[in-house]
This record gives sequence, structure tokens and C-alpha cells, in this order.
Amino acid sequence: MPGVLWVPAALALALIVLPVLGLLTRVDPARLPELLTSEAALDALELSVRTSLVATVLSLVFGGPLAVVLARARVRGSRVLRAVVLLPLVLPPVVGGLALLYLLGRTGPLGGLLDDAGLRLPYTTAAVVLAQTFVAMPFLVVGLEGALRSADARYEQVAATLGAGPWTTFRRVTVPMLLPALGSSVVLTFARALGEFGATITFAGSLQGTTRTLPLAIYTTAQSDVDAAVAMSLLLVVLALLVIGVAGTRAVEGRT
Amino acid sequence: MVGPRVVAALAGLALLAAGCSTGGGEQAQGERTVTVLAAASLTESFDQLAERFEAENPGVEVQVDYAGSSTLVEQLTQGRRADVFASADTKNMDKATKAGVTGGEPQVFATNKLTIAVPKGNPDHIGSLADLTAPGRLVVQCAPEVPCGSASATVERAAGLDIKPASEENDVKSVLRKVAAGEADAGLVYVTDARSAADQVQAVDFPEADQAVNDYPIVALKDAPEPELAAKFLDYVRGPVGEQVLTEHGFGSE
Repeated sequence: MPGVLWVPAALALALIVLPVLGLLTRVDPARLPELLTSEAALDALELSVRTSLVATVLSLVFGGPLAVVLARARVRGSRVLRAVVLLPLVLPPVVGGLALLYLLGRTGPLGGLLDDAGLRLPYTTAAVVLAQTFVAMPFLVVGLEGALRSADARYEQVAATLGAGPWTTFRRVTVPMLLPALGSSVVLTFARALGEFGATITFAGSLQGTTRTLPLAIYTTAQSDVDAAVAMSLLLVVLALLVIGVAGTRAVEGRT
Repeated sequence: MVGPRVVAALAGLALLAAGCSTGGGEQAQGERTVTVLAAASLTESFDQLAERFEAENPGVEVQVDYAGSSTLVEQLTQGRRADVFASADTKNMDKATKAGVTGGEPQVFATNKLTIAVPKGNPDHIGSLADLTAPGRLVVQCAPEVPCGSASATVERAAGLDIKPASEENDVKSVLRKVAAGEADAGLVYVTDARSAADQVQAVDFPEADQAVNDYPIVALKDAPEPELAAKFLDYVRGPVGEQVLTEHGFGSE
């Protein structure tokens, strides 16, 4: 490795680390315990963890199979499909929120039907989960699909020639091959759901205990009490680091 | 392999591009810019005032940046330089004064009060603040942390009511958007906001609104790059043209 690469590499790292350290300089240690245990902070933390977990499970249940289909099924236009799956990753989250609102809001085509049936999504915790799943699921799909494409499809073919049905092959060959990638993808999906802001506030609104997740609470609190907002930001950073650190590093590095 | 000279050249190029884009906004022939930081609720009226000010003062460009008053104060205390600051409430102006970023005494130039925004035609026949507490009513209002939210809390207290909102938004425009989009039955917004969206919502005024009249103070900033223009724009806002434009948009005069 050429030594000169150290310089831009260090700058890149500084760009990520220094702002987070800057956050630390704004924290008032004397007020920290009181700020972190406020009802608003605890409500938001609990809601965030709960909804992000559900969003991750939903991403796994629906996004997992989608990854397999994208990587293994021979369908025409799969390249277009793959691009569509990536869309939530590149769209501004507010656009995602508006899209969800115009489909599932009271006046939306699907939301109107739900409303007639007495079901309302906006302003509910379910809307938070939906927004998080919309934004975070692509991380799971892309992660798994990439792993499947680089994995050797011949193992599955061999299993098939040995008489294993599609379900057995999937269960005994495909899934075990995917396990390392699954870990990192699940962690990324959870972390992304945890940080989701724009789609949530646009589609689900913001109400303490129901829809105000930690990122939303930080934004609202910052309007009147910057110290409290910084304390909550710190909470989110620590949580994200824990998730990535405990579950993530090994998985991201591709070991099981 | 990419040599150090190439890396340096790339870095230099990046810096050059960054420098160009920030300098690109400035006009040649010595055009002067007065930078105004204004509360989001002033968007329509200040856009119009800026345009008229520019027309009357050739060679002057008015750049108005709209955001929540508290966001703007935070930016100012973090060292953002601008010429004029117009806040949607005295609380945030006091914060700015305390932080030492203002130059001179803030002057109240307009007032605003709340109204109930309902979808055009008022399908739910909302006629008073008390109607918002009806069961199943989908009401959206501002969070108590922002000025429109503290005004909402004040009028509720004055009326002895406890409205249970479906959502507490961070700014009044979000509340308005939800009503305009039909995603809420009613929302508490400023008179001026309801008027700005008159083609989609209508306003239901209520007597308790008089209990929470918001004062809008304006001030020239201490380290204003264009102190002379700042003073001139301030006088313009407080003068006859300013009053006319602000009244047209639903603001009250102090």
C-alpha cells in the first residue's frame, strides 16, 4: 500500500469522527442523567427500538425472499427490478414519506379503501414501522442479493441433481450459504430503521409515545432545548455504535 | 498506481470547485446583498417585500432565508453572519439578544394569531375550538416546543379545553399541509398561513385566539456585513409599504 494513501484516509476518518466528538463538547455532564431519563427521551427510545425491531423482522420476511428471487429467478427485466429496489436508498426520505402518504393516506387510492373499512394508517405506530421498512429493507435485499450472486449456484444445482426438491435445496444449501451476509444485512437494516427521520415525520406525524421516535424527538426538542436534543443525539449515537459494534463488525467483515 | 501529485491535483480541484460554487452567487458590477433571516411564517410577505425593495434600490439584492425562528437563533449564536433577523415571537428574539448577536433594540413590526384551518367547504361543520375535542376528530397542531405550539397551548388553556392531537408537527406549514392534503379534519395555524393556502383550506376564527397574539420583532444584527442596508430594509418593513404588504397577508399591526 502506498504510504500517501494515509493522508486522505485520515481525512475521511476525521470527517466522520470529529463531528461526533463535536457533539460531545456540547454535552453538559451535570444535566445528562436528568435529560436522558426524561419521559420524552425514554418514550422515544422505547418506541424507536420497538418499531425498528419490527421493521427489521418485516424486512427479513419480505425482503429476504425478494433477494432470492432477484438473484436466482430468471425473469425478464430483473435489472429494472433491481434498480427499483434501490430507489428508497437514493430518494430523499421526505419523498418516500410523501409517496407513502399519497398511497395510504385518507385521500390516497389504497388509504381511501382502508378508511372505508375503518382503518387508518397515518398517525399510528404501524405507519412508523411501514416508513422504516420502506427505507431500511433495501439494505437487506441488496446485502443478501449480492451474497447470493457471488455464491456459487452450482451447489444448488448439485443438490437438485441429487434429488433434493426446491424447498430442501433452499433450506439446506441456500440459506446456510447466506448466513454470514444475513448478519451484516440485518444489522444495517436495523441501524437504518433506527435513524429513520424524513419518511416517518411526513407519513406518520409526530406524537410522543405513538409516533415520535428518537430522531423525531431530537428534532422537536432542538427547537426549544438544544442541550436536551444533544443528550438524545448522544443516546442515538451510542445505540448505533452498540448495534454496529456488538453485532455488526464481525458480520460486516463477512465472518460468522 | 495513482501518484501523490495526482492526489494533490484532485484535492486542489475539489477545493477549487467548492470555492467556485460559493462565489458563483455573487454578481459582478458591485451588486450588494442584504441577507435577511426570517421566520417561516413570513415567507409570502417577505418574498414580496424583498422584491419591491430590490425594485426601489437598483443594485441591491435581498436574500431571505426562511426557517423556524429557533433554528435561525441557533444558527446566529453558532456564528452565522447576516444583516437582519425577523422572529415569529419575542421568546426567540430574547434568546438572540441574550446571545449578544443583535445590534440595537428589536422592534415589533407585525402580529399574528391562530385560526382553525379546515378543508374547503368545512365538511365537519367546525365552528369553535370546542368542536376540535369531539371524539374521532383528527386534529393536527404544532408541538409545544415551537411558537405556534405554545400559542395553541395558551388558547386551549384560555378556553379550558384539552385537544388531543393526532400529531404535533414541528412547524406550522406542516400542519397546514396535512389539512390541505385532507389528512386532518382541522389544524391550528396562523391566520396568515390559512390565507396563504386559501384555495385549499378555509379559516374558522375563534374568540380565544386573542389570548395568544404573537408579536413579530425585527432587528439589525451586530456583525451585519451591510449595516446601512440592514437599517434601510428594517425601515422599509416598518414603513407604509411593509405595513400594506403585511396586512394583505393577514398580519395585524402592533
